[in-house]
Amino acid sequence: MVNNVMIVGVGGQGSLLASKLLGHLLLSEGYDVKVSEVHGMSQRGGSVVTYVRFGDKVYSPVIDRGQADYIVSFELLEAARYVEYLNPEGHVVVNTQTVDPMPVITGAAQYPENLVEKMQAKGIKVDAMDCLSLAEEAGSSKAVNLVLMGRLSTFFDIPEEKWIKAIEECVPAKFVELNKKAFALGRKSE
Amino acid sequence: MKELMLGNKALARGLFEAGCKVVSSYPGTPSTEITEEAAFYKEIYCEWAPNEKVALEVAHGASLGGVRAASAMKHVGLNVAADPLFTISYQGLNAGLVIFVADDPGMHSSQNEQDSRHYAMAAKIPMLEPADSAEAIAFVKKAYELSEEYSTPVLIKMCTRVAHSQSVVETAERIEPQQVPYVKDPTKVMMTKNSRDAHVRVEKRTNDLIAWAETADINRVEMGDTKLGIITSSTSYQYAKEVFGNNASILKLGMVNPLPQKLIIDFANKVDKLVVLEELDPIIENHCKQLGLDVIGKDTFPVCGEFSQNLVRECMGLDVADSDKLEDAIPMRPPVMCAGCPHRGVFYTLKKNNCMVYGDIGCYTLGAIAPLNAMDLNVCMGASCSGLHGFNLAMGEEGERHSVGVIGDSTFIHSGMTGITDISYNMTNSTIIILDNSITGMTGHQQNPTTGKNLRGEPAGKVNLEALCHALGFNRVRVVDPYDLQAVELALKEELEANEPSIIISRRPCVMIKGTVHNPPLKVVEDKCVGCKMCMKIGCPAISMKDGKATIDRTLCVGCDVCTQLCKVGALCPNNKEV
Repeated sequence: MVNNVMIVGVGGQGSLLASKLLGHLLLSEGYDVKVSEVHGMSQRGGSVVTYVRFGDKVYSPVIDRGQADYIVSFELLEAARYVEYLNPEGHVVVNTQTVDPMPVITGAAQYPENLVEKMQAKGIKVDAMDCLSLAEEAGSSKAVNLVLMGRLSTFFDIPEEKWIKAIEECVPAKFVELNKKAFALGRKSE
Repeated sequence: MKELMLGNKALARGLFEAGCKVVSSYPGTPSTEITEEAAFYKEIYCEWAPNEKVALEVAHGASLGGVRAASAMKHVGLNVAADPLFTISYQGLNAGLVIFVADDPGMHSSQNEQDSRHYAMAAKIPMLEPADSAEAIAFVKKAYELSEEYSTPVLIKMCTRVAHSQSVVETAERIEPQQVPYVKDPTKVMMTKNSRDAHVRVEKRTNDLIAWAETADINRVEMGDTKLGIITSSTSYQYAKEVFGNNASILKLGMVNPLPQKLIIDFANKVDKLVVLEELDPIIENHCKQLGLDVIGKDTFPVCGEFSQNLVRECMGLDVADSDKLEDAIPMRPPVMCAGCPHRGVFYTLKKNNCMVYGDIGCYTLGAIAPLNAMDLNVCMGASCSGLHGFNLAMGEEGERHSVGVIGDSTFIHSGMTGITDISYNMTNSTIIILDNSITGMTGHQQNPTTGKNLRGEPAGKVNLEALCHALGFNRVRVVDPYDLQAVELALKEELEANEPSIIISRRPCVMIKGTVHNPPLKVVEDKCVGCKMCMKIGCPAISMKDGKATIDRTLCVGCDVCTQLCKVGALCPNNKEV
């Protein structure tokens, strides 16, 4: 049995730390783990995807359409872009922040409206929250990743203290408290 | 201790554990991290060379000098290094030499989808292909053993999914091989009889390696159900295991050149139906067919693009999981030039002046994307210079007055210098713009010979681009600041008009370099903004329109002021300025 988490967003939003944290935690829980992403364009505002897979034995490094148990999205449009990767029981955990892509900026395309409602209308379980505000409440707009991880953690049978330990082990010392706070806010938010 | 490790980092770990001492490479996605990660080990000397040919020659030189050495490059980099590759195969070496080549099926960050296995076959060099990070470490060590035992360079082929995936590894200690003494050997000079003898040696070596491949544990059989047998390697092996588990038997090849014969025939005889699962070209498949085997291959699986578990299922006629998407059209999100990118002003000016732009390989290829749409052509590293010369030979003055070549600083040193030498030597009236942003940008900020720093960021020699262009025969060499649109346009017009070849150096460091000073973000004076969208013409991700007025994303804007120069009503201004 392999479990699949996709982390999606816009290049530069900080998905690297989220996947590092998750990989580290799952490995320490005794799972076989693969974490896969494409480098090269990530700094330049393109759509970015990271695959995190874990289980007794993981072969393919990628998640395919219809396979993801969770899509964790840093941005609303990116969640909508990848919903076809979700399995029928899957969950979307999404930051409601929007970032206009270049075709929207130039007026060549429209940013679709009511994406959360449209996903829900498809029967998709969507956990949408304003992670940016929660991250700022924790002390930095850059902590959106830990707010999302906090929310994701509520779906896992892994005790909170193990997540906290993973944060302590993955984050530079001076940012640990900030990230723990962001994680807690994400975990508790309704 | 078990840890998660990126494929490319695992190769670097393998270099460390195998006692490698010298690495020389040129960056290229998805190979760059191999050398960057190796540089974290103080025991390994690592450098960025000007190009892959130089890098491979440096690594081979180190091997001849008696230490284990390596060179890493992307698939198209091996084209550049092909010249030394073929003759190093003949000459042999002293200490082990490993060459990493990273293919990019799916072209996530490449201009073509070539299959590097052809080089291994053509140059008659063994090629290993790891399928995950643990194999990456193990195969580097195995490659050095093979290299020294058979006196051959060994290629290790990666692909994006193995290079850029983290999987579980266990690390070991480093060994420190003795430096092999250099002994003068007259047969090492590759000419006439020596080369003829060397070729005979290489053919025998290949036969010896085939014999080795028949029994080596790098190629392994995993017997399952015998109704279906799959011969595969690399990431395709992972997809085969994910789809079929034990419902098929698998021959996993860790060495893809030379290929075993008896091992494959014996495996084929044990299964009812034989499938070859390989990305890109039908190399294992053709080998099987030469052995007289009946195989399913590219008649069922595509040549183009990456594989995945669903693709394998679909090609094999199996169901794939249901999936559903939204009815809405989801706008694409292509990568863009960063806010404040110094290339933007140049491309805006080129578009404004209707220039034919022969582009090159780097971040600035993004100048081809809307709304700038300011690139007509690109081929490979350096082609902007030589290609423009040829274009102008055909077009004459019509071409010379309206066309430019555009090339980055690192790419210019890599392969542009020889192209501009052809321009000055054979005298077309061509204009080349060197976009000098003081870094190799696209691959993630590597130093290069124009930056004055080495791979580890320490002070190093520095190429003076102006002096270099003068020395290569250009009288007209001028430097402009790309944030000054008037200056860029003036330089462009004057150099296109001039009756001799010219170089314009557009100089401004990449805004993403650590330490580049940014100005405070600009602001929009709302009652002045008339919503004319002039500022939108430069395709800056920090500017968008909201309710008919321009708005600035304060988190992205670096205050480069290029948009200010386009605004005719003075609606864009620095934040601290009184209006």
